[in-house]
Amino acid sequence: MSSDTNRWEIGSLRLAPARRRADTRMRLIFSAAAVATLAISILIIYTLVKDAWGFFIDVPKGDLWNIGWFPRRGIFDIKTLILGTLMVTGIAMLIAVPLGLGVAIYLSEFAAPRVRRVLKPIIEVLAGIPSVVLGYFAISFINPNIITALVGGSNKAFNVAAAGVAVGILTIPIIASVSEDALRAVPMALREASYGLGARRVSTTFRVVFPAAISGIVAALILGISRAIGETMVVAIAAGAVGGGLFSTDPFQPGQTMTAAMAALGFGSDQVAGSGLAFQSLFFIGFLLFVITLVLNMIGDRLVRKVREEY
Amino acid sequence: MSIATPDRFGAQSAASLTERLTGARRDVRGRIVEWILLSALGLSLLILVALVVNLVDRAWPVLDGRLGDFLSSGLDASNAAEAGVWQAIRGTLTLAIIVAIVAFPLGIACAIYLEEYAGQSRIARLIRINVRNLAGVPSIVYGILGLTIFVKFAGGLTGGRTVIAGGLTLATLVLPVVIITASEALRAVPQSIREGALGVGATKWEAVRSHVLPSAAPGILTGTVLALSRAAGEAAPLLLVGGITGLLRTGNQSIWQQITEGGFTSMPVAIFSYARQTGADFQAVTGAASLILLVLVIIINGLAIWLRNRFESRW
Repeated sequence: MSSDTNRWEIGSLRLAPARRRADTRMRLIFSAAAVATLAISILIIYTLVKDAWGFFIDVPKGDLWNIGWFPRRGIFDIKTLILGTLMVTGIAMLIAVPLGLGVAIYLSEFAAPRVRRVLKPIIEVLAGIPSVVLGYFAISFINPNIITALVGGSNKAFNVAAAGVAVGILTIPIIASVSEDALRAVPMALREASYGLGARRVSTTFRVVFPAAISGIVAALILGISRAIGETMVVAIAAGAVGGGLFSTDPFQPGQTMTAAMAALGFGSDQVAGSGLAFQSLFFIGFLLFVITLVLNMIGDRLVRKVREEY
Repeated sequence: MSIATPDRFGAQSAASLTERLTGARRDVRGRIVEWILLSALGLSLLILVALVVNLVDRAWPVLDGRLGDFLSSGLDASNAAEAGVWQAIRGTLTLAIIVAIVAFPLGIACAIYLEEYAGQSRIARLIRINVRNLAGVPSIVYGILGLTIFVKFAGGLTGGRTVIAGGLTLATLVLPVVIITASEALRAVPQSIREGALGVGATKWEAVRSHVLPSAAPGILTGTVLALSRAAGEAAPLLLVGGITGLLRTGNQSIWQQITEGGFTSMPVAIFSYARQTGADFQAVTGAASLILLVLVIIINGLAIWLRNRFESRW
């Protein structure tokens, strides 16, 4: 910068062109990467809508409301899949809501900091278990040891209930961590005010902290439901009905969810050719699934942010 | 109803008040509730223990007799005594490398844009909402995207149902995870660090490269490691883009053939395939493969948690 005569000019302070160019170039690269994420969403919506619409136009409407889901025979009973998804999600929530909330409330309001530091990573391990492993756990442990004991052997080897319990185990960490965050976001002043009035810890937890965190807890439940609806491999392994399934309301029989039906359309012996109604039905269910989870996630997300803004 | 004189009742109520304020009565209801909450936690941990014990128990015939053989044998759906997971391990590693090459730079670049350049502009808000929504899209939907875009539309480049298409699909799937965790790491870097660089005349990019990124590196690294573990455990999208499930005779090709001609598999896909076979010996094979995957994922996650604690900086 300084010349050999050690004379400084205004021009010496100007940014060297090479540095300026590098700065602009990196800025462009970063914004391109950011825009690429928008492209992913647009591509997902485009591919789903295009073939889902094609399927909806072409399919004989009577086949959408029939005895069961048998795509390769041209029977696309959508209520079989929706009921299957609802049953799995419902059973999952029966497991995950009490356990997840119990863990969250205990860790946030009762556990000593030292205990919390040890236990929280262990719960995080639960979140990292691959879903295929839980699928195997469902057929090798949950079904023979728990479901059979519960209903006395009237359950099939592959059934909706076992899959639902395993999906519930998968959702415990989500519900626990989102609602724990919500509970911990409640300011200490609220608890201290309650203690100052002479309330005990239980009253403070359930009458003050819990109501104050309620939108975050609802968000946790919604995100948990969304996760359960989107879970594929547990159901594909443990719920049976791989090729197709009859409409059934019995959770101890094989069943099919939207996600597992999509997986079944894509692999192995049930793999369908690259065209035709059965293949297009993949996109139709995918579109339904995408819309349902998107709506749930947006509601959950909004509630989570509301908690952050409140405190 | 006579008027109580302070003398007659004052002493008594003072005594009862003292008793109530200082008496160490047990908070029975509180104890019960605490025990219920604790048992929810205990049950969750018990599930984890049951899972591991059950896996070890089921997998024992394989672990005890032929662990080395199991790790080095190929996939076999007809003979459980010769079935192994070698191609699956290799496939998972190849997929992980592709995910690292594609998703990490892209995700970190997007996070840098969002945190360092974009501010609160409308497009930045849109991208943030979009990333959060992508994080919640079910994995099987990414399989549809992979099938349509990477297998069919870009089939000329990826070779169709190949390990490349699979890796790109998984990279797309974990991209939101990378972006969100990297954004959080960048946001945690205090403004003064940036100002220190900008104050001595650095350009934005120079400040990011020399000051912000090194400070945020541990957090970013943790996020990328978690993303890898997510990719290593994911099977659903691979079923749609060509992970081998059927008779498992393929998947034996060299890595170059897997890249160019297809026929790849991964640990979760192999577990899914073995789980569909009947018979106790295949149960053992499935259990052993599940245990290996679980150990792998727990090691990766443990690494991430260790990194986070080791390099966590308190500003």
